[in-house]
Amino acid sequence: MTNLVEVRNLRIEATTDAGRIVEIIKGVSLDIADGEIVALIGESGSGKTTVALSLMGHARPGCRITGGEINVNGKNMAALSEKERAKLRGTDIAYVPQSAAASFNPSSTIMEQVIEVTRIHRLMPPEQARKRAVKLFKALSLPDPDGIGARYPHQVSGGQLQRLSAAMALIGDPKLVIFDEPTTALDVTTQIDVLKAFKSVMRAGGIAGVYVSHDLAVVAQIADHIVVLKGGEVQETGTTAQILSAAQHPYTRELLAAFEPKRRQAHADADVVTKQLLRIDNLTAGYGAVRDDGLPLIRAVNSVSLAVEKGRNLGIIGESGCGKSTLARVIAGIHPAAAGEIVFDGRELQRAAGKRSQDQLREMQIVFQYADTALNPAKPVEDIIARPLVFYHGLDRRTRSKRVDQLLDMVRLPKALRYRHPSELSGGQKQRVNFARALAADPKLIICDEITSALDTVVAAAVIELLKELQRELGLSYIFISHDLSVVEAICDEIMVMYNGERVEQITPDKVKAATHPYSKLLFSSVPKLDPTWLDGLVRDPDLVSQYGHR
Amino acid sequence: MTSGVLNLVLKRLAIALVTLLIVLFAVFFATSMLPGDTASILLGQAATPEAVAGLREAMHLNDPAILRFLLWLVGLLRGDLGTSYANNMPVAALIGGRLLNTMELAGITTLLSVPLALMLGITAAMLRGSVYDRTVTILSIGIISVPEFMVATLAVLLFAVYLRWLPALSSVNEAHSLTDLLRIYAMPVITLTFVISAQMIRMTRAAVIETLSTPYVEMALLKGASRSRMVLRHALPNALGPIVNAVALSLSYLVGGVIIVETIFNYPGIAKLMVDAVATRDLPLIQSCAMIFCLGYLLLITAADIVAIMSNPRLR
Amino acid sequence: MVARVAASRRSFLGHNYNLVGVIAALVILAWTLIAIFAPYIIPHSIGDIVDDDYFGPMRQGLWLGSDYLGRDMLSRVLMGARYTVGISLAAVVIACFSGVVLGMIAAVTGGWLDTCLSRFLDAMNSIPSKLFGLVVVAAVGSSIPVLILTLAVIYTPGAYRFARALAVNINTMDFMTVARVRGESTIYLIGSEILPNIIRPVLADFGLRFVFIVLLLSGLSFLGLGLQPPLADWGALVRENIGGLPFAAPAVIVPSLAIASLTISVNLLIDNLPKKIRDRNA
Repeated sequence: MTNLVEVRNLRIEATTDAGRIVEIIKGVSLDIADGEIVALIGESGSGKTTVALSLMGHARPGCRITGGEINVNGKNMAALSEKERAKLRGTDIAYVPQSAAASFNPSSTIMEQVIEVTRIHRLMPPEQARKRAVKLFKALSLPDPDGIGARYPHQVSGGQLQRLSAAMALIGDPKLVIFDEPTTALDVTTQIDVLKAFKSVMRAGGIAGVYVSHDLAVVAQIADHIVVLKGGEVQETGTTAQILSAAQHPYTRELLAAFEPKRRQAHADADVVTKQLLRIDNLTAGYGAVRDDGLPLIRAVNSVSLAVEKGRNLGIIGESGCGKSTLARVIAGIHPAAAGEIVFDGRELQRAAGKRSQDQLREMQIVFQYADTALNPAKPVEDIIARPLVFYHGLDRRTRSKRVDQLLDMVRLPKALRYRHPSELSGGQKQRVNFARALAADPKLIICDEITSALDTVVAAAVIELLKELQRELGLSYIFISHDLSVVEAICDEIMVMYNGERVEQITPDKVKAATHPYSKLLFSSVPKLDPTWLDGLVRDPDLVSQYGHR
Repeated sequence: MTSGVLNLVLKRLAIALVTLLIVLFAVFFATSMLPGDTASILLGQAATPEAVAGLREAMHLNDPAILRFLLWLVGLLRGDLGTSYANNMPVAALIGGRLLNTMELAGITTLLSVPLALMLGITAAMLRGSVYDRTVTILSIGIISVPEFMVATLAVLLFAVYLRWLPALSSVNEAHSLTDLLRIYAMPVITLTFVISAQMIRMTRAAVIETLSTPYVEMALLKGASRSRMVLRHALPNALGPIVNAVALSLSYLVGGVIIVETIFNYPGIAKLMVDAVATRDLPLIQSCAMIFCLGYLLLITAADIVAIMSNPRLR
Repeated sequence: MVARVAASRRSFLGHNYNLVGVIAALVILAWTLIAIFAPYIIPHSIGDIVDDDYFGPMRQGLWLGSDYLGRDMLSRVLMGARYTVGISLAAVVIACFSGVVLGMIAAVTGGWLDTCLSRFLDAMNSIPSKLFGLVVVAAVGSSIPVLILTLAVIYTPGAYRFARALAVNINTMDFMTVARVRGESTIYLIGSEILPNIIRPVLADFGLRFVFIVLLLSGLSFLGLGLQPPLADWGALVRENIGGLPFAAPAVIVPSLAIASLTISVNLLIDNLPKKIRDRNA
């Protein structure tokens, strides 16, 4: 045995809700050498997490390892008994979960959970384990390493919990650590700290790792080898440099291409006088009790002004909690503003949607992030798309049916899909239906709230292309809200950066590199690049990080 | 305890108090709706109109209902439960000893059923899908699905008719020795235990199974924890809230169960007293009994909510 | 793709069925038919004394023995189905309809209406059901309409709470927000957006509540506070024949078994409802 991990022809079956048995991993093989980090990359449903968990001999409920060998450190995990596997978990192989917030037991202290491995396997006395844990906290550059262990999980931020779960994995001195999308739920500025911490402890200990992710740029920073998975099969394997520069497989190339979407062409008709479609002046909105000055206690949006011109797009970018989604809801009237003006197409709008006229409502549509909850699961696609046609346009049955076909065609969906329910569609298809419903109203402005965030990279890129095409055909305007700079860059004429409820800066996509506001600089510089040396070469102003990072 | 928890607890107590008032109000008016004039019922067919009018005056029956309700409330606060129509004794005296009997019955049942049900519920959840789990599940569905009197009659058939171990009826006054006592309480307690445990088992099992499917229990598995450690250290502490609720809710079934069980076994408790009072339309007695039951029920539910609030680490 | 179907389930018309569910459904169907056609199929009139002995055993002609007066038990149980099933069904329909409608309105409207309704119905809920039944029966007697209404009132708060909790969940979904900013009315929101999404759990709850009502009605009748003689539902049948308990007479056991067969079947049916096959490529 030369490698630490040797997986040969792994097969895993799953039982569906209807009782059918489906093979989800179809003969996967991979190797990991001592001290090497291998990334498993692929879209949702590709089986990357399932493969990673199988290295611990674990299959989620409903799944079963049916064939192949999983040799880890000379033992075949597939053939061991559950008791023998339990002995290796936490000591030989450890796991860092996707959502640390959900993976910490809410009713026990962090320290107790970090050193639990040493209790289970009787590795060392608790006192020694605690000292070791504090050392790890320091190595992972956690704040207050001596005191943080006494807290409960809900008292600590997401980025810190993610690092604490790494400490939990490393305390048993494992030979192999499995990272399951550990930074996916984090903001970019936080992600960097976590990635850096992971990389330095893994390198210092010479520990081998499996890094599961859907994000090539993140993987490029940390992995030595990359395994590309799709549909439960390995598409391509290679060193990080090979995959990034000389990918062979078409799917890998698609992934790489999706990473750099084409820029929207700058407006050729820039000299034509554009008309203002939407103007917002000093809009303030929030939650909680209303104070004496008529403003809410907690202000999610604080005195924001912006303008959108006809046929042009405005991007709003910022990290979670910056107020960008609230701003979208305030403009749409879902969450009425406490102060400020909204002027749409030359007329001032009421703050609450309920008080706006039907035409005003029709002309401004909003599309939400999660198509799963934005589409009524109890209705077929045709009913969903047809409702605005009846409600706003009063179309009769025949014209309605024709228009539904047209709309499906516009969002590049086959007509046969109209009889399906949302649960029978893929994520990308759902988001297209979601968009078709907004188009059915014949709007002038569509507010897109993180509409590509829940989609896989390749699918998201296709949706963005569709949006651009539709804009050319229909002369729409978009307000495009996202946390993802590359998406906003690809589609918007102007980019507004939000931080802590306020507008920080507004620039054009070609000037992103020359941002003037310190927060914009920090945000833009934190977006991972496909270059493997990017993270190591990244120098950040520590003052900036401590001022704006969520940590 | 932080101020947040204290606030929640106080709020919960206030809600309980308001609910109690609404319930008292409902009980009072439901019983006031009794058809026929109470005074003429009390005096019988032969009474003169003057006598009826006099009694109406004496009983404040001519006053508006809301005033009578307030008077009744004031009386309650002073410990005056009124006088029974049927035999002219103070209601408090009639209820006193009977209440104790019922509380004994409920207490013994609780002591027996809670540990039993928790054990069965938790072990069934741990061995989910096994023959043991399925047996427990099917038995508890069966018991929940049948009326209490059927459980009681089956118990009588089995223990009193076929096996002849126990007497079918209870009479607390005949208890002379420990064995007598056991025999007297046995049938009612067995029946009640069956009735309330079934519900508790189902809810406990569901609560534990739900926490067993959380990511932090999977995390414990991936740390190499044993099955018992996963359940005892990780699932149970977090299932505590739902379990306490299940226990309280099931114990509140005692109220319904006790009414049937006391009647069927002729047990001299407060529920039997109330059923008899309904038969004789003894208004003050019905009001007081109903109030006591509602109070007990509210106490249980409120206590459970408070324990659930305190067991939530996010509020600690 | 490898596809095998687990053997215990059969599929038909795009749904999966299992044996327990089918049997339970058949039992429920049988009792429903009996409840409808009882007057035409009973061998003896329920008032006729046909046996010289009381608590007679099962034998030819008197398939379920005779009761405490020597009347035919089979006829009485068949007629009892009419009252037990009929009264319970009427009560559960009223309770669930009003509870679900109120619950959805409260969830969609929110505000003070929701607070008042919830507070009031929660208070109603903290009156134990048997106690409520006792008090009402004591107050206004126990005719069939009163029984139906009482049972309905007792179980409305539960149905309300259940439906409201479901509707509140649906109400937070984005498609509700989309419908609202489209300008839709409350009636459309309730009927077209919420109801189709909660109908399955609501129907399961309907079944459970039906079981509770059957049990409460039987319990009340057993205490002599339900249906009054000469009418007799299954609970009343157990009560009038309780004297046969020491001899294990069929007259006590059969009506109990009738109740159990109905309630257990409903519970099993709910746990084994046909599942719609959701896989696209099945």
